[in-house]
Amino acid sequence: MFAAALVALAIPPLLNAITPEGHFLHVSAFTLSLYGKYLCYSVLALGINLLWGYTGLLSLGQCLFFALGGYALGMHLMLLIGKLGQYKAEIPDFMVFLEFPARFPTTGGLPPHWIPFRSFAFASAAVIWVPGLVALVFGWLAFRSRIKGVYFSILSQALTYAATLMFFRNDFTFGGNNGLTDFKVILGHDINTPATRRALYLASAGLLTLTYLFCRWLSRTKFGLVQRAIRDSENRVLFSGYATSHFKLFVFVVAAVIAGLGGALFVPQVGIINPSEMAPEKSLEAVVWCAVGGRASLVGPILGAIGVNALKSYATHAFAEQWPYLLGSLFVFVTLFMPKGLVGLPDQFRALQRKWRKGVSNP
Amino acid sequence: MPHPFPSQIPVESYSTHPMKPTLFQKASLLIAALTAAVSLQAETVKVGVLHSLSGTMAISETSLKDVLLYSFDEVNKAGGVLVSGKHYLIEPVVVDPASNWPLFAEKAEELLVKDKVAVVFGCWTSVSRKSVLPVFERNNGLLFYPVQYEGEELSKNIFYTAEAVNQQAIPAVDYMLGEGKKKFYLLGSDYVYPRTTNKILKQYLKSKGIPDSDIIEIYTPFGHTDYQTIVAEIKTFTAGGSATVISTLNGDTNVPFFKEFANAGLTSENCPVVSFSISEDEFRGLPAKALVGHLGCWTYFMSIKTPENKAFVDSFMGWLKAPKVTGVDYNVSGVDPKGRVTCSPMNLSRIGVHLWKQAVEKAGTFDVDKVRDALVGQKFKGPTGVVTMQANHHLVNNVFIGETLATGQFKIIKTLNGVAGEPFSEKFLTTK
Repeated sequence: MFAAALVALAIPPLLNAITPEGHFLHVSAFTLSLYGKYLCYSVLALGINLLWGYTGLLSLGQCLFFALGGYALGMHLMLLIGKLGQYKAEIPDFMVFLEFPARFPTTGGLPPHWIPFRSFAFASAAVIWVPGLVALVFGWLAFRSRIKGVYFSILSQALTYAATLMFFRNDFTFGGNNGLTDFKVILGHDINTPATRRALYLASAGLLTLTYLFCRWLSRTKFGLVQRAIRDSENRVLFSGYATSHFKLFVFVVAAVIAGLGGALFVPQVGIINPSEMAPEKSLEAVVWCAVGGRASLVGPILGAIGVNALKSYATHAFAEQWPYLLGSLFVFVTLFMPKGLVGLPDQFRALQRKWRKGVSNP
Repeated sequence: MPHPFPSQIPVESYSTHPMKPTLFQKASLLIAALTAAVSLQAETVKVGVLHSLSGTMAISETSLKDVLLYSFDEVNKAGGVLVSGKHYLIEPVVVDPASNWPLFAEKAEELLVKDKVAVVFGCWTSVSRKSVLPVFERNNGLLFYPVQYEGEELSKNIFYTAEAVNQQAIPAVDYMLGEGKKKFYLLGSDYVYPRTTNKILKQYLKSKGIPDSDIIEIYTPFGHTDYQTIVAEIKTFTAGGSATVISTLNGDTNVPFFKEFANAGLTSENCPVVSFSISEDEFRGLPAKALVGHLGCWTYFMSIKTPENKAFVDSFMGWLKAPKVTGVDYNVSGVDPKGRVTCSPMNLSRIGVHLWKQAVEKAGTFDVDKVRDALVGQKFKGPTGVVTMQANHHLVNNVFIGETLATGQFKIIKTLNGVAGEPFSEKFLTTK
């Protein structure tokens, strides 16, 4: 099963590389990047599932960490544009029109905290530690105060909303509403060539595989057992002598790092990161993917993220006017009739079958 | 040259026949049906429409989708696009990028790569344009962008039919200077268009001898509703009666601003407001009374009295009642004919369609590189007069300053003829 999934992940880039354009088996670079995007979303969904499905913590702000990871790598990519921008200046375009050279004269217009992002290594590290640190601070405050259930959900949503408003401000030095865009190169390669896009897809597929394996491993350890015990009855775990808040904090930080990694690979493939990526509705959407796919399973969130987004891509083209109704009714249907999501369907069918057989034998 | 549309096939003569059809009549009916089927498969060219139909921008962008479909219908009715002796009917491919910027990039590439459209009409916000720009450049596509914007950008793959800063902000400020205004309050939402426009205006005002102390520049976040402090500041600023507000506030924030403005006793008499983001279409959601007497500046107003404008408005309103795209298999849906108006971005969307059609016919091909060359110098007689596409991908257009009426229309108080759009401020600031 796992091997089959790996093969399925590897087929699109292979077809993209070996078949010529126009061949009936050819997968265009566009399709490849599109799937790359879904894979990044799947990584995000796995993180959410680790929190929600396995620990019972419903965070409605995971896209904040996704976007922070995206911004961290995006900043590096912005600095690589150099003189290829509209203004042909050393600094990113938005810094020119916002008159940053006058604001930061000693650095030639570059805000001081942008400088280390010239290094790819620093930016990659920031992809991990920035979301991790934000999650650590927020989680520590929240769990120490025993904030639970719906209150935790609301707080996490407030956090991501506050961050959205902050990043929207042009003075905040991260590009305001336009965000970071028009990237040209990554690691010395033109970001728009099919080969680079193939590499980015492969990186996303690799990240998804590793995240999946990590989540699977974690769920089989003693830690995973405590995690599920917290989900099912936190007080009992607490009275058994476990510091549940430490467990929750650890999972929260891990989920944030996972989201950040997904976001970092998302940005070069879609070509833009702006504050609306951390708007509360994005995080809600990601939770819906998990619900559709089936939470508390490892495959469910991946299926949900790919399925819902592929459906959205298809429907915004095929049913441009009606697609919100289509997706909306799907979500309502899933919540009402498929509590375990897509992965729970076989069980539901079996139960239905048993009921039907029973009904036939004892009228 | 008339085009063989199914509707033009004389089927009426059969349907009125009272008797049972003979074999001959049946045969002719069959032939007629076949001809109809064949003519339905007449040569078509796919054209993309990339406007948000859901999400926050849908309220503005849906109108542009409507006017684009209307313009395609207009072209198709006149026989379509004529390329080397063949008539191509426009087949719209409408997608919904849903006010979601990464989705804009995805849908743009889908239109270019999967649907292989000849041209795309779309985008409203600057961020959506910035998001699709790399997509159009890497796939060598063609985009027509119809909304007033901040400039400082020039892509060989984009044609900007709307007002550049020197076709909207500069004429408006010139008018205010001419009216004897000496103090300028630059108020905007915090995003790239207001920021850039105000930066240019500040330089321009300085060059006209307005001291720094008489210019205030303020930005409010998206969805801001509390304008008490700002209006109080404006009130003290305008105490002498020689001040004006240059507003680049967008969307809903205009409602609390203008209400607060009127409550403070400020009027268009003692402190006129010039808004760059309020057209007839936005007016539909605003308290018209609070805006009476304030000014707007665009390259089109619905109230312009020319035969071309009357024809455009009348035929568009008629089309809204029975929307269709003639000659192609496309179902128009989601069109609301009630309370509709026309505005500058709508007029410029339509002009874009016609300029593209003319350029394709001149080039004799849909090939993007050749159409791009043919577009430069293309002229079109629109509702406000003749527009010309320049080598810098911006139009030469007439600019109008209008005063708001309680009906949500504008009364034109000044006309500037033939203003050449220039995206880069350093060029028009130095040549003035």
